[in-house]
Amino acid sequence: MWAMIVKEFRQLRRDRRTLAMMIVMPVVLLIVFGYAASFDVTTIPTVATGPQAGLAARLLGKPFDVVSTQSSQGKAWAEQQLRDGHAAVAVVTGNARPQVLVDGSQLFTAKTAIAALSAAASRQAGGGLPAGRAFIAPTVTVLYNPGLGTSDIMIPGLAGVVLVFVGTIITSLGVVRERQSGTLEQLAVMPLKPRDVFLGKIVPYFAVAALDLAIVVGVGVSLFGVPFRGSLAVFALGALLFLFVTLGIGVLISSVSENQGQAIQLSFMVTLPQVLLSGLIFPLSSIAAGVRWISYLLPLTYFNQISRGVMLRAEPIGPLWQPLTFLALLGAVVFTLASLRFRAFLAPAAHRRGGGHPRSVPSTAGAPAAGSAG
Amino acid sequence: MTTPQAAGGGWWGTEEVCVRFGAALALDHVSFRAEPGRVSAVVGGDGAGRTTLLRCLAGALAPASGLVRRPAPLATGYLSAGSGTYPDLTVDENLAFRATAYRVPAGTARERSAELLARAGLDRVRNRLAGQLSGGMRQKLGVIAAMLHRPDLLVLDEPTTGVDPVSRSDLWWLIARAAAGGAAVVLATSYLDEAERAHGVLVLDAGIELASGTPGHIVAAMPGTLTAAGERPVGEAGRRAWRRAGGWRVWHPGPNGNGAAVRPDLQDAVTVAILARELARVPAGQEAR
Repeated sequence: MWAMIVKEFRQLRRDRRTLAMMIVMPVVLLIVFGYAASFDVTTIPTVATGPQAGLAARLLGKPFDVVSTQSSQGKAWAEQQLRDGHAAVAVVTGNARPQVLVDGSQLFTAKTAIAALSAAASRQAGGGLPAGRAFIAPTVTVLYNPGLGTSDIMIPGLAGVVLVFVGTIITSLGVVRERQSGTLEQLAVMPLKPRDVFLGKIVPYFAVAALDLAIVVGVGVSLFGVPFRGSLAVFALGALLFLFVTLGIGVLISSVSENQGQAIQLSFMVTLPQVLLSGLIFPLSSIAAGVRWISYLLPLTYFNQISRGVMLRAEPIGPLWQPLTFLALLGAVVFTLASLRFRAFLAPAAHRRGGGHPRSVPSTAGAPAAGSAG
Repeated sequence: MTTPQAAGGGWWGTEEVCVRFGAALALDHVSFRAEPGRVSAVVGGDGAGRTTLLRCLAGALAPASGLVRRPAPLATGYLSAGSGTYPDLTVDENLAFRATAYRVPAGTARERSAELLARAGLDRVRNRLAGQLSGGMRQKLGVIAAMLHRPDLLVLDEPTTGVDPVSRSDLWWLIARAAAGGAAVVLATSYLDEAERAHGVLVLDAGIELASGTPGHIVAAMPGTLTAAGERPVGEAGRRAWRRAGGWRVWHPGPNGNGAAVRPDLQDAVTVAILARELARVPAGQEAR
């Protein structure tokens, strides 16, 4: 048994990445769950409209954070603010009863808002209003996800997770497989342009991922009754940009991995934070600011905003320019890096990284292998 | 090595090529010529630089200095160490991929694969995954894939290593066939009986050219004499002895030795070349073999 233990530790020491993962991963998870993993919503961006907008804004205490008060605007403007993601709650005054609109596509924020409203209502009923005014409890309307169902918000996000898995993990395996089977060298000398090899490698995964996406969305809509209210074209544009980023990451991982095991490890290190920090499970506003900046580097964060916006709130392309632009930027950076790495990996070079082909290194052993043939 | 004999003086090869891996010099001013229609062999022990030289010839590696003369990628065929085929594709699928990549018309590719596969005894396993083929079969597939597009230069890295004698003769049929078709064939091998079949031989050791020329030329150029002995000689002569064919061979740098003189073959000549270099490098007092 001792021999086995020593051997195992020796192998583990050589495999730096596994070692790093065993030590770094628990720390990362601890930090993520400690600071990021929280369903508690402390601030809710709110707008108030109508003649009594100012009064409503004053009455709203924590956790509501009034970002805009527009007494000249009405319900239409308020709905637009929610649709475009500028606010999660809107108070519309001017009718017999004030109306509160809640964005149901932000599940935990909506639940917190509803709880806070009813608490405030019972408090206000006991007094606190200016003299001569009676408290009128507002009507609460949940938009986009009236039943506050989980599947409605999970499935648009899940579509992104599927793309991350196919795009990053499967693609990273595909490229590194060439290295492992020793066929990369053949590809390098073939009369194919590096660009052709690169695109030829990516297009099949792109097609499979696109098909996967269609299946997830189709099943979500038909089986789970998730609405698809917005424009298919905007959704497709977002998905396209997002796929470019994830496929690029996959190729990048592949080009720095020696074998499929390493590629899988690295892929998990890239995909796990995306699942946890992208706003898919925990609301972005609940993630501590010290960790939240990571969220804004992750492509899934932007795809989530796009898919939920388009599918649930019918958000048009205008207010989505920000996530779309960020995805395009991330895509450009990742794709450039990936194609450069891939080119270096294919192009003949004397000083290739990790080029220590065992037989290419001169040894002092002078005996010809032929000696054994006689 | 030799002067170009092909019409028009065409040859492929290297001139004064150096390749470095970090601080190590893998090839040290190596010059080598492969002529159309001829088979050339590169021999040497582990770390001799055979694979490095072949990678330069095939275009997989750019030398640090020196000249590599090779045809365009489309006219080069290369079997890398290993078989260079996809284990998760069938024999037919592997060949179809090569044919398309090298722009061989579909009809031509079908005919040529069928003929080569039949001759190599692979026609009954055309739908088998390359990963499930035996070592010899996989090597044959690799060679067929490399020569499918009738390249002008065919570079084969150890096509016959670890292959049974029957498959080896199939492989040699393929190699001869490629040469007969006008290709300059360069192969690395560990078997000197195979190198003896080649028209030109380059002997490498630690990245340095030890000998080159036709097998006859290399044997004739062997310095000193060779004797046979029943037992390993004692003392200093023991360092110049190696086991061969149930007995021992002893090399004498001078004109004569004490035993019966033996006519050297290529294997003896190559062993002597490597031994002479080692003796010059390692001072006396250390047993070598």
